[in-house]
Amino acid sequence: MTTMMATSAAGKSKSRFHIDLRSWLFWLIMAIWALPVVWLVSMSLRDNADILSKFEVIPSNISLNGYIQFFEDPSWIGSYMNSVTYTLLNTVLSLIVALPAAYAFSRYTFSGDKHLFFWLLTNRMAPAAVFLLPFFQLYQAVDLFDTPLGVALAHMLFNVPLAVWILEGFMSGVPKQLDEIAEIDGYKFGRFFLTIFIPMIRSGIGVTAFFLFMFSWVELLIARTITSTEAKPIAAQMTRTVSASGLDWSLLSAAGVMTIIPGVIVIWFVRNYIAKGFALGRV
Amino acid sequence: MDAKKKNNKAWFLVLPVVLVVAFTAIIPLMAVANYSLQDIQGADNRLFVGLDFFKRVATDPNIQDAFARNVTLSMQILFIQIPLGIFLARLMPKSGWKASAALVVVAIPLIIPWNVVGTTWRIFTRSDIGLGGVLVNQFTDYNLSEDTTDAWVTILVMDTWHWTPLVTLLVYAGLRSIPQAYYQAAAIDGASPLAVFRFVELPKLKRVLMIALLLRFMDSFMMYTEPFVVTGGGPGSSTQTLSILLTTIAIGQFDLGVAGAFSLMYFLFIQIFSFIFFTVLTLDERPGATKVTPKQKKAAKQEKQPKQVNSKSKKVLK
Repeated sequence: MTTMMATSAAGKSKSRFHIDLRSWLFWLIMAIWALPVVWLVSMSLRDNADILSKFEVIPSNISLNGYIQFFEDPSWIGSYMNSVTYTLLNTVLSLIVALPAAYAFSRYTFSGDKHLFFWLLTNRMAPAAVFLLPFFQLYQAVDLFDTPLGVALAHMLFNVPLAVWILEGFMSGVPKQLDEIAEIDGYKFGRFFLTIFIPMIRSGIGVTAFFLFMFSWVELLIARTITSTEAKPIAAQMTRTVSASGLDWSLLSAAGVMTIIPGVIVIWFVRNYIAKGFALGRV
Repeated sequence: MDAKKKNNKAWFLVLPVVLVVAFTAIIPLMAVANYSLQDIQGADNRLFVGLDFFKRVATDPNIQDAFARNVTLSMQILFIQIPLGIFLARLMPKSGWKASAALVVVAIPLIIPWNVVGTTWRIFTRSDIGLGGVLVNQFTDYNLSEDTTDAWVTILVMDTWHWTPLVTLLVYAGLRSIPQAYYQAAAIDGASPLAVFRFVELPKLKRVLMIALLLRFMDSFMMYTEPFVVTGGGPGSSTQTLSILLTTIAIGQFDLGVAGAFSLMYFLFIQIFSFIFFTVLTLDERPGATKVTPKQKKAAKQEKQPKQVNSKSKKVLK
């Protein structure tokens, strides 16, 4: 911001230099920031024996063994697919229940709306550890233990509130007159909502879906607690290997890189909404 | 836009959410309350013990230590990450493809699964195969699994790496919402960069900074996965957070009563902070806000804006 001032106040050549310095400093810091991830990628491209035998900054023997093992071993690729399954399931279910609720919050006042809105928020803030014990028993009691649907439902604990909060922000940006005109034109609420309103906020829904997917994807504690073998998430597979003796660093790094990829692919599309998503739609 | 209509039928639209959250939150919480008040020894053998477990939790030295540790950790995290986040946000490019690229690069740590953040840092800080560990070892003896200070600093650095981007993104969003006119006014008054930050930017950033502060506090107060993967809470219990300890008691030892009471107290503490968060967030807007009719708002805005610039530039002059 000061750079902009400098542009208007001072001479052009001076301000150029100023801008460059700031931007160089920024990218330098980002380069340092990237080191741990770059290291993870470089480890994933080396053989385990090679990793343990010598320390080198730039890998001399590129090997895809880690990735090959990851894709060939059913417990790795299987748990990866489990994670994909429950996060997708969670995204769809959360959106389905959150859309009408967000509409209600953005359009109407009703008895207890503020309390309800606050109560939803507290679930986003609650430590997952608090819910572990009852989840463990509840999901066993209703036969959802160790199923993708069970994990998807459990993750709705924090994702549904998030979806309601973000969607409410987007919906409040649509003028209310639209609803009124549709009503005058004789649209029933259901038809209006599905054929006019939802298409209008589709970018907001896309952004929300990204955050739902992401917050479910990064979570470990709940997913690990209510699964054992059938629906084991990739995160649990990775930590279970950590505790075993004789670590395969190459495979572990490859798995790590694989879990980063989905987010990196879509983050470009939501770049302008990242702050919004993390701040519960309040920025 | 006109005010919202009062319509209690809207409850039907919220009903699915209420049902889902009841299943995922209320029933488990009731179960937790149930554990905390009785000593359950078997399916038919339960004893109502009142607040005994709560007393035990409140006086348990391990839990007290973990609480103190977690508060210290959260404070240090806030102290480092908020200023660093502001600093980075002010360095970020403001326009063009560079701004977009910067947004994506900054956000990458946020989209990495928490356990992978842990794994990444576990590999990175190993003194035999990790770049960071090897580098630090050139200067000073570094061993994360034996030295408590090393472990603590590692957790702190890792969390800073992981979550400072959130502060940066929030502040960046806040900075972009400041009208250019404010800067021009400050420039005309010949304000120094420091004065611009103090009197133009900081007041406008108050809201996003409150959000950043509270989100960072909450999330660091329930941190589990990253320290669990990197240090497992050790060496000893030097990096054991409240969540790690609670998980050990609940799932490891299956100590229902203590875990239940612990959970409820932990939850209550978070509730209080949630309430502050909610109050701050809704001071000026939408559901829960003090109702200001649009007309009043507009009038207030028109009156305020030119004045604000004036008073600010005056302050800057001094």
